[in-house]
Amino acid sequence: MSALNTLTLAAARDALRKGETTSVELTEACLKAIEGADALNAFVHKTPEIALERARAADARIAQGDAPAMCGLPIGIKDLFCTKGVPSQAASNILKGFLPEYESTVSQNLLDAGAVMLGKLNMDEFAMGSSNETSAYGNAVNPWRRGNDDTALTPGGSSGGSASAVAADLCLAATGTDTGGSIRQPAAFVGITGIKPTYGRCSRWGIVAFASSLDQAGPMTKDVRDAAIMLEAMCSSDPKDSTSTDLPVPNFEAMLTGDIRGKTIGIPKEYRMDGMPDEIEALWTRGAEMLKDAGAKIVDISLPHTKYALPAYYVIAPAEASSNLARYDGVRYGHRAKLAQGDGITEMYEKTRAEGFGKEVQRRVMVGTYVLSAGFYDAYYNRARKVRTLIKKDFEDVFAQGVDAILTPATPSAAFGLGEMQDADPVQMYLNDVFTVTVNLAGLPGIAVPAGLDRQGLPLGLQLIGRPWEEGDLLNTALALESAAGFVAKPAKWW
Amino acid sequence: MLDLTYEPPKPKVIAGAKHDWELVIGMEIHAQVSSRAKLFSGASTEFGAEPNSNVAFVDAAMPGMLPVINEFCVEQAVRTGLGLKAEINLVSAFDRKNYFYPDLPQGYQISQLYHPIVGEGEVLVEMGPGVARLVRIERIHLEQDAGKSIHDMDPNMSFVDFNRTGVALMEIVSRPDIRGPEEAAAYVTKLRQILRYLGTCDGNMQNGNLRADVNVSVCRVGQYEKYQETQDFSHLGTRCEIKNMNSMRFIQQAIEYEARRQIAIVEAGGKVEQETRLYDPDKGETRSMRSKEEAHDYRYFPDPDLLPLEIEQAWVDGIAASMPELPDARKARYMADYGLTDYDANVLTAEVDTAAYFEAVAQGRDGKMAANWVLNELFGRLKKDNHELSDSPMSAAQLGTILDLIAKGDISGKIAKDLFEIVFTEGGDPAEIVESRGMKQVTDTGAIETAVDEVIAANPAQVEKAKANPKLAGWFVGQVMKATGGKANPAAVNEIVARKLGL
Repeated sequence: MSALNTLTLAAARDALRKGETTSVELTEACLKAIEGADALNAFVHKTPEIALERARAADARIAQGDAPAMCGLPIGIKDLFCTKGVPSQAASNILKGFLPEYESTVSQNLLDAGAVMLGKLNMDEFAMGSSNETSAYGNAVNPWRRGNDDTALTPGGSSGGSASAVAADLCLAATGTDTGGSIRQPAAFVGITGIKPTYGRCSRWGIVAFASSLDQAGPMTKDVRDAAIMLEAMCSSDPKDSTSTDLPVPNFEAMLTGDIRGKTIGIPKEYRMDGMPDEIEALWTRGAEMLKDAGAKIVDISLPHTKYALPAYYVIAPAEASSNLARYDGVRYGHRAKLAQGDGITEMYEKTRAEGFGKEVQRRVMVGTYVLSAGFYDAYYNRARKVRTLIKKDFEDVFAQGVDAILTPATPSAAFGLGEMQDADPVQMYLNDVFTVTVNLAGLPGIAVPAGLDRQGLPLGLQLIGRPWEEGDLLNTALALESAAGFVAKPAKWW
Repeated sequence: MLDLTYEPPKPKVIAGAKHDWELVIGMEIHAQVSSRAKLFSGASTEFGAEPNSNVAFVDAAMPGMLPVINEFCVEQAVRTGLGLKAEINLVSAFDRKNYFYPDLPQGYQISQLYHPIVGEGEVLVEMGPGVARLVRIERIHLEQDAGKSIHDMDPNMSFVDFNRTGVALMEIVSRPDIRGPEEAAAYVTKLRQILRYLGTCDGNMQNGNLRADVNVSVCRVGQYEKYQETQDFSHLGTRCEIKNMNSMRFIQQAIEYEARRQIAIVEAGGKVEQETRLYDPDKGETRSMRSKEEAHDYRYFPDPDLLPLEIEQAWVDGIAASMPELPDARKARYMADYGLTDYDANVLTAEVDTAAYFEAVAQGRDGKMAANWVLNELFGRLKKDNHELSDSPMSAAQLGTILDLIAKGDISGKIAKDLFEIVFTEGGDPAEIVESRGMKQVTDTGAIETAVDEVIAANPAQVEKAKANPKLAGWFVGQVMKATGGKANPAAVNEIVARKLGL
């Protein structure tokens, strides 16, 4: 057996059931890998005692023949999830030291399925960012490097810590969240699989909110089968989240046949952007051919409102964020600024929020406040909502024409160097989301699958977009793509 | 049932230095929904609990917490809408009203700006017999209450209590149909009465579960009619909003003061600024809280945590089928069935508890007599001891039994008053008291005849006088009653005295 921490969820699960290893051994292997990986800055709160206690409990359950789906499998949890008694601060100074008295529904579902939490994972502050550089903990680092230099690369964002940890085998899998691409872009940057399910599939209860109408949790895993296993464990109908679905959770793993004969895959012409690197374009074409070879029918489709998606997203998401983040005011929990004699409530708010929020969060709160303000609401927020409706309809139309899934690149580039975008216009950074935001605006499921390496040896991913609530079908198409692509590369260990 | 028709009252006219002025008033009533749990959380709404003891995670706006609508609060809003003959919107939606204040943990209030649950309705406000103002309701929406900031516990610190945070409120918005301070108070009184009949708001103004924001403007005589024809507000003056009043008296005083303030400004050639004002009851004046320029930009937008609220017509119909009888209908019934006067019917229906008490007494008895006893004897006696009906020592059943004893002829009206006093102060079953204390009226004509004979025999001079002047027969009746300890049936005594005196 390979080193325990490098196993997939499926392989580890099977090994546990066969008695070939124990959860404690798996957990210890991961804890050891985490200890040696501080340079990646992926784990920001390590919980080895909790992990070992849960691993022992899992071993006892397995011994009794009572092993639920994720029993004994060590995973990492993104810092955006509130975990009872464990620091949960959304990588923000404003929530420094915040210890929730409750467990998010998704992490509770994973615990109930027997999963072992190793600790909390780095991310962009409040999930706002595409490079992990907005984190109050300092950024996580991509375990991959370009073949010819030692430049530290971004693991992507916002779920960059999750991506880095899974790619570097610090855990078998991790949770992520995705508001505009925050699972799929980092997954693509580190060569792993990440799925954002249909909006409403995973409960948002207990996940620190960024943009409520867009936020969805999802798994980040070493392969498609693992994504199916973990997604099933994460989903539920949750009466505590009014936007959560009533639909039953399917057995996603059972739907993985790899057979996609007769399926129709759409290639949207609007995703062919000016200045797109030819390597990405070539990968996209290759991906279409692989699916065709697997028996799918490839059709050209049009999603005419695509070009309005990014601006609409950067109105709607900040608008919701500006309101969602109003609660961080220093009154009840988290950071409160030291006040000078004579300071009143206004000074308390201003100083607390100026100290507690990083620059990118402040920028988005200001943008969001602006687009909702009197006189600008119709021009920005309302118009963006109309665009959103049109984008949703674009997808409905192609699905109505018989398209089962849509193939696009996951990102417009491979992982870039940390600090490289520092002086760029923030809009340059926002362009990272160009292929992914449409999926959030339309509430659809989308999955990023590693499909190849670029000239410099960095992973590149493709995205598949599915019909609403048909994650099982989407995962199956992703499995076909994964099998055809045969991506097995791993980063060379330098940390 | 009586079909009551009303004339509208005359608007209040205030004479300025130069002209006569009329008032135009619209109100926003914040009524706390009667519900054990809050609008979006399971925390208790109990009044007077230890500070910060009724606070769910979502009320404190902990990270990642989400609101879930309390179905009962929706039902209460629908019931209120039906009670105000209003349109019920089967689809409504919640919006966030954003502003910063320490007693608002989320940094926004969840309210219904764009799509309220209840649309247009009406309230008939009686100002006297046959005179009433029909006030149109524009809308009712559901929203969260805020917490309470406490600034007087420490010289350097402020405190905040979140018990009230997230409690459900109904904001009931009227059209500017109210034309004077008395009408405004009467409107609040009537609304409160209806809400209490419906059981949708306790209406306890002291505890703040009914509060009013009052919009006041003044206009020259004749302008209001132009507004009514066109619904064009430009015919009216600029309004000021007086916030957060919880007393009928202060509402009237504030309106009166505010109207005179505005008239003085306009007559001096100035312009009334649209602004929010507060009433200071100690000084008896309103003062500016914030001007239009300082007004908050609330940045309303649809709350993405909540789906549109969709309800079924059948569910609404079910609520409609279980509606209690409302004050106007009840009053009309009392007048028609019991022959009560307009005034008495008003008093008996003013409070739902009073009406319930009265009906328990009147049930199967003479309604008019029941009304007299409740209004005169009971209310008078309660008032004497500073009691409310809710803590009356005499139950409706006890009072009913006294009325039964009168009706059967077991006791006279006079004895009944004595009995009433005994039951009121000592309690007990009135029928038993009558038996055990020998209070039963003597209807045995033989015994009465003997008593009459004795009085006649003892007072020959009076007999002569009475024969000359029959009005003096009353003296004999009095003597016989005295001799029988008041227990003789007065009707029988009257008859026998008259017969024996040959009148």
